[in-house]
Amino acid sequence: MKKTTTIIKNILLFLVALLFLSPIYIIITNSFKNRQELYTNVLALPESFSFQYYSEAIQKMNFMSAIGNSLYITIVSVFFIVILSSMTAWMLARTNNRLSNIIFMTFIATMLIPFQTIMMPLMQLMGTITNDLGIPMFNTREGLIFMHIGFHSSLSVFLYHGFVKSIPRTLEEAATIDGASKFGVFWKVIFPMLKPITVTVMILNVISIWNDYLLPSLTLTDRGLRTIPLSTFYFFGEFTIQWNLAMAGLMLTIIPVVIFYALAQKHIIKGIGDGAVK
Amino acid sequence: MKNSKNRLWYILFVAPLVLIFATVVVIPFLMGIYYAFFQWDGIGANPKVFVGFDNFKHLLTDTRFFKSAWLTTLFTILAVASVNIVGLFFALLVTSKLRTANAARTMIFMPYLIGGLILGYIWQFIFTDVFKRLGELTGFDNVFFNWLMDPQYALYAMVFVFTWQMAGYVMIIYIAGIQGIPEDVIEASKIDGANGWQRLRKIIFPLLMPAFTISLFLTLSSAFKVYDVNLSLTGGGPANATELFAMNIYNEIFGYGNYGFGQAKAIVFFLIVAAITLTQVYLTKKREVEM
Repeated sequence: MKKTTTIIKNILLFLVALLFLSPIYIIITNSFKNRQELYTNVLALPESFSFQYYSEAIQKMNFMSAIGNSLYITIVSVFFIVILSSMTAWMLARTNNRLSNIIFMTFIATMLIPFQTIMMPLMQLMGTITNDLGIPMFNTREGLIFMHIGFHSSLSVFLYHGFVKSIPRTLEEAATIDGASKFGVFWKVIFPMLKPITVTVMILNVISIWNDYLLPSLTLTDRGLRTIPLSTFYFFGEFTIQWNLAMAGLMLTIIPVVIFYALAQKHIIKGIGDGAVK
Repeated sequence: MKNSKNRLWYILFVAPLVLIFATVVVIPFLMGIYYAFFQWDGIGANPKVFVGFDNFKHLLTDTRFFKSAWLTTLFTILAVASVNIVGLFFALLVTSKLRTANAARTMIFMPYLIGGLILGYIWQFIFTDVFKRLGELTGFDNVFFNWLMDPQYALYAMVFVFTWQMAGYVMIIYIAGIQGIPEDVIEASKIDGANGWQRLRKIIFPLLMPAFTISLFLTLSSAFKVYDVNLSLTGGGPANATELFAMNIYNEIFGYGNYGFGQAKAIVFFLIVAAITLTQVYLTKKREVEM
């Protein structure tokens, strides 16, 4: 008796999860249908599998260039976020003076600022830097990376700071007595110990930088520089009426995310949990 | 000697990020406060006219701003409730020792990774074509119709999609909380004869307060600031019925070119978000119990 209820519960839970993901099923199946088939039966399986719409969408979205841009921007941004915020957080946590406290509190307090509050002045300032200092902040991937680092450093410094405090100082002291410089202590002793929180920081930042739309939309206008969310936006502006083509386009944008999820599933779930509890 | 060397290391470690952070966040924030007191169309050559608090006074008579404020409040209340109820429900299901729990957890978290803009487009299609078809097939065409065309239902559609996006994320937080509750406390309550509901109310919920604090904070602030889903799902329509705060500010500044007035809105937006989230954290933190 108890066994059957467990089986039923198992099946129910699985069905709930399937229902939860049913929109994905609808996107996949309709990405293969031609227009007429899509309108006559939107829920059925496709009659034939042709990848015609995929190749069309790849072309029209400039997909290869978009994925290249997204990968470059995400990887380089996250790389610098990890390096700079771990260094900063460690120094701030280990140097207990007023300056450190002020800097740390500023990082934390700014987490409350919505992007909309600074977007206009940020664009003005970036314009000034571009025009007066001759450093191109618009329409360069590096300019966008610079801004991503600034926006994502608060949370990252916060997470690293909390983690550093749980590491005893004795190891660092031993390394210092052995003659290691601060630089050596950090990279050889501390940074390896930060690995668990580094994974969390990386995952949270990858998700939010990869999916960001608003900041790239304000800073990148060249077609060739568009990231995946940007190219999806422009693609939909043109092709919403052709839903089958649009579905193929959506599937293309989901595929990299699914691959990432499949590869790092355990770390992602754990990272999100750790990041939230900290 | 040693002191100045230490200071050099300090600067070397801290300065690069602080410089970037100041350029991207702190200075623009201060500039933003300054701009809010000017009337300006955003064109550098055109004059910035100092108007004092006029932009803020003007806000009080801007009906569109108040409509947007009301919609955002309504959206936030519904969205926070719905995300947390669904997320907690899934967390309780998934932590019961079922074999399919791991697979279910993985699947339910998935939408969070896809990103707001894309989710909005996915659901635009579902509301437009699939709901219509479901209505024809099942006869429930009072439930399954294109929600996005109806000013009232379009907001519910936003709540629906936002829930789909965030429920999995919140679920992970609740799972972490539930797994932190010691097994023996649950066992003891079973021996004392508490039923499932009593256990939930008297033991699990109070011990989950830290998870509630975090989840409410995250959902509250992200619901208030929602933009991507809004843009791709409804674009603020029909007839401005879903133009939430974040979008209203964007439109005011970059759409209508009212830079000073839009910036005043943005400052008020910041104050509201900060006040609400800090109040919530204060209130829920007070209810957290020590183990």
